[in-house]
Amino acid sequence: MAASRTLLRVCSSSFVQASPVGRLLAPAAATSAAASFCPGPWAAHSAAAAQTHVVAAPGMFATRGIATSTPARYADPLTPPQNTRITMAEPKNFSEVLDGSSQTLFLTELTRGMSLTLKYFFDKKHTINYPFEKGPLSPRFRGEHALRRYPTGEERCIACKLCEAVCPAQAITIETEEREDGSRKTTRYDIDMTKCIYCGFCQEACPVDAIVEGPNFEYAAFSHEELLYDKEKLLANGDRWETEIAKNLESEVQYR
Amino acid sequence: MSVASMSMWCRASCRASSLSLLVGGSTGPLLGGIHNNALVRTLSSSSASAAATPAAAAAVAPEEPPPVEVFVNGESVQVPKGVSVMQACDAAGVDVPRFCYHQRLSIAGNCRMCLVEVTKSPKPVASCAMPIMPGMQIHTETPLVKKAREGVMEFLLANHPLDCPICDQGGECDLQDMSMAYGSDRGRFVEEKRAVEDKNLGPLVKTVMTRCIHCTRCVRFATEVAGVHDLGVTGRGGSAEIGTYLEKALTSEMSGNVIDLCPVGALTSKPYAFTARSWELRPTESVDATDGIGASIRVDARGHEVMRIVPRLNESVNEEWIGDRGRFSYDGLRRQRLDAPYVRGEKGAPLRKATWKDALEAAAHGLRSTPSTKLMAVAGKLADAESICALKDLMAMYDGQNLQVEGVTPSSDAADVRSSYVFNSTLERIEEADAILLVGTDLRKEAPLLNSRLRRSAVYDCVPVASVGPDVDLTYPKKDLGDSAKAIDDLLSGASAFRAVLDGASKPAIIVGAHVLSRPDAYGVLSKCVQLANDVGCVSGDWNGYNVLHECAGRVAALDLGFVPGPKADVATAPGFVYLMNADDEATLASIPEDAFVVYQGHHGDAGAARANVVLPGAAYTEKGATYVNTEGRVQRTKRAVPPPGSAREDWEVVRALSEVAGLALPYDDVDGLRVRMAEVSPTFASVDSVQQSTIWLNGSTYAASKGSSKASTAPFTSSISNYFQADVIGRSSKTMARCVETRGEMYAKTHDVGSTLGELGEPSAHPLGD
Repeated sequence: MAASRTLLRVCSSSFVQASPVGRLLAPAAATSAAASFCPGPWAAHSAAAAQTHVVAAPGMFATRGIATSTPARYADPLTPPQNTRITMAEPKNFSEVLDGSSQTLFLTELTRGMSLTLKYFFDKKHTINYPFEKGPLSPRFRGEHALRRYPTGEERCIACKLCEAVCPAQAITIETEEREDGSRKTTRYDIDMTKCIYCGFCQEACPVDAIVEGPNFEYAAFSHEELLYDKEKLLANGDRWETEIAKNLESEVQYR
Repeated sequence: MSVASMSMWCRASCRASSLSLLVGGSTGPLLGGIHNNALVRTLSSSSASAAATPAAAAAVAPEEPPPVEVFVNGESVQVPKGVSVMQACDAAGVDVPRFCYHQRLSIAGNCRMCLVEVTKSPKPVASCAMPIMPGMQIHTETPLVKKAREGVMEFLLANHPLDCPICDQGGECDLQDMSMAYGSDRGRFVEEKRAVEDKNLGPLVKTVMTRCIHCTRCVRFATEVAGVHDLGVTGRGGSAEIGTYLEKALTSEMSGNVIDLCPVGALTSKPYAFTARSWELRPTESVDATDGIGASIRVDARGHEVMRIVPRLNESVNEEWIGDRGRFSYDGLRRQRLDAPYVRGEKGAPLRKATWKDALEAAAHGLRSTPSTKLMAVAGKLADAESICALKDLMAMYDGQNLQVEGVTPSSDAADVRSSYVFNSTLERIEEADAILLVGTDLRKEAPLLNSRLRRSAVYDCVPVASVGPDVDLTYPKKDLGDSAKAIDDLLSGASAFRAVLDGASKPAIIVGAHVLSRPDAYGVLSKCVQLANDVGCVSGDWNGYNVLHECAGRVAALDLGFVPGPKADVATAPGFVYLMNADDEATLASIPEDAFVVYQGHHGDAGAARANVVLPGAAYTEKGATYVNTEGRVQRTKRAVPPPGSAREDWEVVRALSEVAGLALPYDDVDGLRVRMAEVSPTFASVDSVQQSTIWLNGSTYAASKGSSKASTAPFTSSISNYFQADVIGRSSKTMARCVETRGEMYAKTHDVGSTLGELGEPSAHPLGD
């Protein structure tokens, strides 16, 4: 019953208009095709619509915006056609007529709808009070970047430039030199956060777990410049998020 | 031949014995070796006497034996008799992994990576050390070979640190590449890894000796090619180490090549350390302009900076080596650069930054307001052919005939005959010479690459070498005949014993150093040299053994273009206007009178710019597509790797712009037009990368008719280069080169009486423009 009620018929003419297949067909062929798609009482209507189509055919090749007698919508598959009809199935016998009438009389649809509303009223709420409440995050979440340090305070990054090489968005820029103690360190480590696509390749490439994408996602800024991160900013991020990052990395270590 | 083959057999079967040859203080050349020409040579010991008769050296010229057929992975391949199994595989196009083998060094056979299977051999054999047999069946892809190579790789990696991310070799490392093919993803070695203390090899080569896999390529290079017995292996087994015995810097002028040779990251470039990765560099194939050899180089740049310079293979010029100045002086390209035009307002006032318009107008005013007899132009050591040609044409428009080449005593007929000023035998064929006389040159400083070729002749082919000039260590035995023109007189008269050696040689060669050209009595000495060349038969058939060695890149091009005083020129007249094209020599600057108006065009703020009234900034050899001619007359082009700094321009463009501002524009608008003009002036410029052999030879009377005195003074011959590392403005601006001078200063102090030179080397040259 419900199925019969929700039975929708979209006029075949709109199908012909909207589908690329229909547009590729020659007008005459479209007419016959539309007729063959829609047997019964709709055939006559679709034939009429197809007739419209024949009239509109030159408009299909007209550039939109140029004044022609044809409405532009026929050439545009995205515009809903006006002659779409939503029709319910006609009752076939007395029992169906009685059934339909009683449903209408006792407002069953309304009751069912309101009862659903009432159910969600007492259900557990799905919204959270952001920013005071936050949803759960996977330990693999790829948020804001951070450069980590060793417990001694020495920065982990060894300037191998693998993250720079692997970055598909070319968002990372590194310059290096030999530090006085002979170790290989960066003099510049920049990430353009507006170029970054957060793929996580940089942290996968890093042999010393120096560059990581931490759990922070709240770093929206008012200007582009604020999102061009330098080494200082990234190290500060690392210091701020070290506890969470270390915990996440530890939980993931068995899968790496 | 048979001795060499036997020694190779020995080495193939006994690894310890080959290593023991390298152990100890006397790391002389190994007894046998296969060289790139696929001929087994018998290498003599370094104590071979220079006085060996040339007849004995010339006698050994065996016929090529018929090729031998062997089968590599079932495919038949024909190779010359006596080559190794590895060379047969290379000929068949089958890649055999290797660490210790190098085609220009003797065979060590100690890395064992090149193991292949040979039918009927019970064990896999080291292909680099095994000579082929007719009909040999070689297999390189069998499971046995794979297992053997994996075993070798596991042993190599047992002690190799896993520090690829901080290793400068990372990305271009043989060990890294081969571990991808033959390495395991985990090691079974749980014991403690060995660690080796790093050695200090001076300011050029950085060592991380823990990474060393003991291939001994560096030891063999230093001993056999560079000729310095600095490196060696000490200890055995797990405690074997490469080192310098005593803590000291490498003393070779070609020491940088060990960096390229090292298959791992044990020896890397110190100036380049940690500055860039191999994959971010943009390579440009170019030509070295820091010496007269014109080595083929690759300039690796990142952004607007040259990050490093490495050699390219060019058999006829540099093989695959370059000297340390060409390789490491690139940091001088960033310092002391002229990035804007400068004009000196009043006499004695400091130079002030100016616009191109003002600078060109000031220069043009000086040019126009000077009478043509007082115009003078000097082509310097780093000047390229395009700018020299443009400057010559510019001077011709104002009838300025006093054109001079830096380092050549002015003479209107200095450029008349090409064979009088180029290296006629060519660098490649000098190895055919069977007796060599050096006149007024220190090859080790002027052309280390040529010196290593001569070393090969002198040491391995017993070619006698004698020198008239400075008593220096050329790394091979040579006979000192004296240091003045008297020694040449003795050779001419036959009083010297070496005359008989030259007379007996079938291809004698005389190499005249650039120092001779710059002497006041240049033409007197040169006429004697030409006389000697004729007397001993240096020129016969297709052999011309009369060679002039230039120590700089710009001179041959200038002489080819006829940049010499014109017929009406009077070089004695004090010039009123001097155009210095990259000319910074003290001798040049000293000859300029106080009140002369000097225009300096060049790329570095050095002595020339300090003297100038107008400074026009040009481009260095890495920043322009320019033509240079090397000492043998080979026309070569550089390519632009990075743009010139600031508002500096390519040099010929500057001259062209000046000509237009001065009122008489040069008739070419682009570099192609200028090159057509160059080819009109000298047809040698029509063909790039080839040597045009000179067909005309001097008849001896040329110098007799010279304006210069034909008398030779008794002043001693020296070298044109007293300080290898700072021989040009680029070297003088380079920090790396300054460090080299600091490290090796004592070496120079010992061989030269250049106390004053060392004094000025100690202090960094002050920027002439202030600031």
